[in-house]
Amino acid sequence: MTKKKAQKKTKAKKSKVTKKKKTTKKTSSVKKTVKGLDFVYDPAPESKAVVHIQNKYDHFIAGKFVAPNSGKYMKSINPATEEVLTKHAVGDEKDVDRAVKAARVAYEGVWSKMPAEERGRYLYRIARILQERSREFAVAETLDGGKPIKESRDVDIPLAAAHFFYYAGWADKLEYAFPGKSVRSIGVCGQIIPWNFPLLMAAWKLAPALAAGNCVVLKPAEQTSLTAMLLAEVLQEAELPDGVVNIVTGEGPTGAALVAHPDVNKIAFTGSTDIGKLIAKNVAHTTKKLTLELGGKSANIVYEDAAIDQAVEGVVNGIYFNQGHVCCAGSRLLLEESIAKDFLKKLQKRMKTIRVGDPLDKNTDLGAINHKEQWEKIKTLVDQGKEEGGDFYQAECKLPSKGYFFSPCYFAKQSGSSLISRLEIFGPVLSVSTFRTPDEAITKANDTPYGLAAGIWSEKGSKIHKTANGLKAGVIWANTYNKFDPTSPFGGFFESGYGREGGLHGLLPYLEVK
Amino acid sequence: MKIEKTIKLFINGQFARSESGRTYPVNDNYARVCQASKKDFRNSVDAAKSGEKSWSSKSAYNRSQIIYRMAEMCEGKRDQFVSLFKTTLSASDKKANEMVDEGISSFVYYAGFCDKYSQTIGSVNPVSGPFHNFTTPESVGVVALIDSDEFNFGATVDRICSILVGGNSVIALLGPTLPAVLAPLSEVFATSDLPAGVVNLLTGHLEELAEVIASHREVRSISYQNESKKFYETVREKSVDNMKRIVPNHKELKSLENILSFVEYKTVWHPIGV
Repeated sequence: MTKKKAQKKTKAKKSKVTKKKKTTKKTSSVKKTVKGLDFVYDPAPESKAVVHIQNKYDHFIAGKFVAPNSGKYMKSINPATEEVLTKHAVGDEKDVDRAVKAARVAYEGVWSKMPAEERGRYLYRIARILQERSREFAVAETLDGGKPIKESRDVDIPLAAAHFFYYAGWADKLEYAFPGKSVRSIGVCGQIIPWNFPLLMAAWKLAPALAAGNCVVLKPAEQTSLTAMLLAEVLQEAELPDGVVNIVTGEGPTGAALVAHPDVNKIAFTGSTDIGKLIAKNVAHTTKKLTLELGGKSANIVYEDAAIDQAVEGVVNGIYFNQGHVCCAGSRLLLEESIAKDFLKKLQKRMKTIRVGDPLDKNTDLGAINHKEQWEKIKTLVDQGKEEGGDFYQAECKLPSKGYFFSPCYFAKQSGSSLISRLEIFGPVLSVSTFRTPDEAITKANDTPYGLAAGIWSEKGSKIHKTANGLKAGVIWANTYNKFDPTSPFGGFFESGYGREGGLHGLLPYLEVK
Repeated sequence: MKIEKTIKLFINGQFARSESGRTYPVNDNYARVCQASKKDFRNSVDAAKSGEKSWSSKSAYNRSQIIYRMAEMCEGKRDQFVSLFKTTLSASDKKANEMVDEGISSFVYYAGFCDKYSQTIGSVNPVSGPFHNFTTPESVGVVALIDSDEFNFGATVDRICSILVGGNSVIALLGPTLPAVLAPLSEVFATSDLPAGVVNLLTGHLEELAEVIASHREVRSISYQNESKKFYETVREKSVDNMKRIVPNHKELKSLENILSFVEYKTVWHPIGV
């Protein structure tokens, strides 16, 4: 099938399933008073018309959409409206087996035999189609996961495309990746991804795996499978050979079936440390390779010589970006004692200007909490945190009457052993503590079983380097935070998992190096 | 009359008996060695933790010189090693000398890698934005080495050194074939200006220690070179609790891959601007 024909086919299918467009929901205006003048933000909603969501989605196996063996489908909810968005197939062992077999056939028969340059070209093609359909993907991602459109539009989707573009170029250059060594692909990879950056995580997993010559069975998160299924359309459009990528949707048991499948050579998982440990225990009795990108409780250290206004911005971006649903979120703010009081004043002032509400509104800073269970978990933890004491501050925001919304907040003056300062909350909740010396800052920052990321704010280069050297974390942002790039390795120390994603180092988990 | 001695454990730069007071004869009563207990292992981890702090903060050039010094000290103790290998393993003079040569060769090889390995795998990453972004390898922390049942002096030295290069500290449980090698080997480490606790050597039984090694939360990685599949699975499963990195199959000697098995990658971002 030519590319044009494939496009026509997809378009025809789309028009068939186009839903009746609903009138855009009225966005609540936010009133601000600055120096006696009233400012009102008018609603600036992004149109939903660009995306066509089917009533239900099947698995994507061997290049085709196939109904689940069980015949069961699960609802996918728009967290900003609590309305059912679509339904996804629930995968069982038979579905997973079918997908793994398809991947094996594709690996043995096509993908591992194809010239590397050609393999790369498919990835380039996927990157390009994603770029062309980026607005559609951004709207879909926001509808499905509740993240602000400005984030899905400016971060998630462009980065996802960039990952495919970056690894596309590696496909025929693998012999230069590790000079003096011979490399080869591993085989069939099972990849399980989380709900916080659905398409981006799919891209982080698929791009290096495919560039290295592996075939994949991908299991997206049950809460956010929509963009993975749209990606399946892109793969069809790109004419990726059947079975090279298979997508099986479902909940925990579907993922467990994939982990347990005997013909999977490698498991890559991004998600919570608890589930990661379960997977590692399961894999311990096999010869499967494993990479894990797990939780964090990352420290954001602000020294007294920092550019304070920039640091305030950085702290806000560090914890409230994507509703705090970020494994590397700067969820522990460590302030040098001398500036703590003033800094918190400025932080409160800044938090008051955060716009919480309709994720499709282009002005929205903080969208909806991804799903109900997470929303309830955050509320429970914050309630428990309040019982533990300390200073609690929450920005007063007018929240929409429907949907899972939560205003940004922080806890200060809590003990280092409090729930809020130790648990990964995965929400817009910041824990604040103070320090007196760089050594104390480093010790406090490292005092966690995790080691994913950390931030440092200082105008003194030597202090930044000393601190960065002392921090036990895989990614360190100095005078910035939450920056990602396909060329930059990402991953953590200790209980934040093993392996890196991105860059040259991100190839290692998908290659046998001899 | 010959003076008999018990070969002591090497913990925190000191020669210590097992706190349990247990010893056992080895190699047809060639000598008695101490039977390390779980407590001895935990003490070694404490020592290794502080050892790692001082070792990983030394300059790469300095680490390189100290490991090279080990080669010099090993050469100085050649006769002691040769006589041990001849007596206990019935090795010929030639074979025993070759074994020492292999060990020295690994010391020299890894000494030279301390200030080079990071340039082979570190990178400056061309991110699409005004940021300076670089990735460097650094130490993992305390690494436990569970050595092979079969004695191979060169391989044991190779396994220890590959852990040391990246700035890690090591607690090695020596294999049962020739635990008495602990005596001359510990003297090499004790006389090379190596900070206390960076290398700790234990003799004892894997079945007694496997679980405590695998479940200790301050141990960050395990080099598992033993042949027992049963203990391998135990070690892997128990290691999950603090997500230890398990490194099996250290086979090819003198290789960069062995060093890279015991590093973590750290990526640092900083804006570029005025």
